[in-house]
Amino acid sequence: MVQKIKIIPYLSILLLLVAWLSLWVGSVSVSVLGGLTDFVSGVVSDQAIIVGEIRLPRTLIALFVGAALGLSGAALQGLLRNPLVEPSLVGASQGAALGAASVFYFGLFAAAGSLAITIAGLIGALVALLLMLALSGTGRPSLVILAGLAISTIAGAALAVVLNFAPNPYAMQELVFWLLGSVSNRGLDSLYVLAPALLIGGVIILSQRRLLAALGLGEQVAASMGLSVNRGSRLVVLGTAILVGASVSVAGNIGFVGLLVPHLLRPFTKYRPDQLLIPAALAGALLVCAADIFVRLLPYGQELKLGVLTSLLGAPLFIWLVVKESKRWL
Amino acid sequence: MALISTQSLSVDTRLKNVSMELQRGEVLGLIGPNGAGKSTLLKTLAGLESYSGEIMLEANKIDAYSSSERARLIGLQPQMVDSTWPISVEEVVALGRTPWHDRDKAAIQQAMQMAGVTEFAERTIEHLSGGERARVWLARVLAGQPQALLVDEPVANLDIHYQLSVMNVLKEYAANNNGVIVALHDLSLAARYCDKLCLLKNAECVAQGSAAEVLTESLLHSVYQVEVEVDLNRQPPVVLPK
Repeated sequence: MVQKIKIIPYLSILLLLVAWLSLWVGSVSVSVLGGLTDFVSGVVSDQAIIVGEIRLPRTLIALFVGAALGLSGAALQGLLRNPLVEPSLVGASQGAALGAASVFYFGLFAAAGSLAITIAGLIGALVALLLMLALSGTGRPSLVILAGLAISTIAGAALAVVLNFAPNPYAMQELVFWLLGSVSNRGLDSLYVLAPALLIGGVIILSQRRLLAALGLGEQVAASMGLSVNRGSRLVVLGTAILVGASVSVAGNIGFVGLLVPHLLRPFTKYRPDQLLIPAALAGALLVCAADIFVRLLPYGQELKLGVLTSLLGAPLFIWLVVKESKRWL
Repeated sequence: MALISTQSLSVDTRLKNVSMELQRGEVLGLIGPNGAGKSTLLKTLAGLESYSGEIMLEANKIDAYSSSERARLIGLQPQMVDSTWPISVEEVVALGRTPWHDRDKAAIQQAMQMAGVTEFAERTIEHLSGGERARVWLARVLAGQPQALLVDEPVANLDIHYQLSVMNVLKEYAANNNGVIVALHDLSLAARYCDKLCLLKNAECVAQGSAAEVLTESLLHSVYQVEVEVDLNRQPPVVLPK
């Protein structure tokens, strides 16, 4: 009979363990529980500052960014019926990067202070998304891919222009480092953007889970079962852009999470696109948080950026996936 | 009252002024050359195409139903179906419950039984032969328990064993106070299994009625441009190009 899928409890437990580990790992060894208690109750102590103001934001941001990337990857792969799709495909990543880079260059939204980059990134992602939706029109998967490619290319070119004319070497270095992707040195206020984005994007995508499941049998079957394919597809794309835009604007480009997480989990969710969504969010959070712990454990010196690590790990797996897929068609 | 009826149904240039009726208990066969409009007619009835004219579901216009309500009453099995993901047969069939927003186990089991796929319920769709898959797709649409079942070319590419097995499932489903419309290329099968036929040519319905009324040598010649030998008195009936 149809069995309940039981991967969610395991992932949740692992996630809690990794989150705890993330609060614990660092150059100074402090009590996590003591630090958290002091932080919450407003006691000023070393452990409160270390756990509450340095490690807690970093951990939460890693979790939220990972969840957003995992969920958006699962949603897009289901929507486009293609296991090799990446969230940056809708153009949102590049749009967000361009928006945030423009802040470095033009000093936009100075009044917003530290949130300026985030706001600009979100706006960039949304503009890229709106252009992509306008280009793709019907929301048909093949058109979404083409339109996303067009928008990413344009945004990439514009980003190159911004880098080219960076006002001073320092600004350019900051920009490049930010683009490499990291969750360190971000304040808790980044969560004011990430948390609502994760909630709104997640709700939009989950509302279309029946469509994602039915699309596995093709658009005609989905439409004949009373689902609105065009409207639903647009909603999935919108949810994805919100998730990707918010996470890129906070953490830069953290590649391959949205590609690999859904792919690795699929066998555990009976290959059902609808059942993949929440596990992919949990596993995305798990993966990014674990990768960030690994980055912190590396020997001192120039820090390896989180985005660089995920790319280093992800690229070979991606090649393996391509080879596996190509064999399927031989 | 007819289960489904259309009045002057037109879909841009692909369907012109088609008026037809499907009664409960009946298998209606759509025949005609490639591009005649068989698939368009089925898709339009299932709500996939915008149209002019009228489609009635018993006493009501079809527009009066919401898309979920319509999908519960009318099930469509399109011509080309494939599963992107290697899901199990049972999961494919369970997707047929989408219009009902549930996973009614009894309905899923019953549909698998009717289509004869229970024995490979746990296998993934990738590992089935073409004939087995055809029956799985059928089970998927049966799981939605539609009163009108629309099936587009269910026996194309099937060996004769599976052709008969699929057609028997359709016949049995119709006999259960449901209606079935099936697009077919095999005219002998159409003569054998369909209670009524509708012959389409260039987007128009050129003949409608019993096999004896529609499958005449002169009519088939004018539609297909091929000499056809028709012997409806044989058991099973034979309709073959000369």
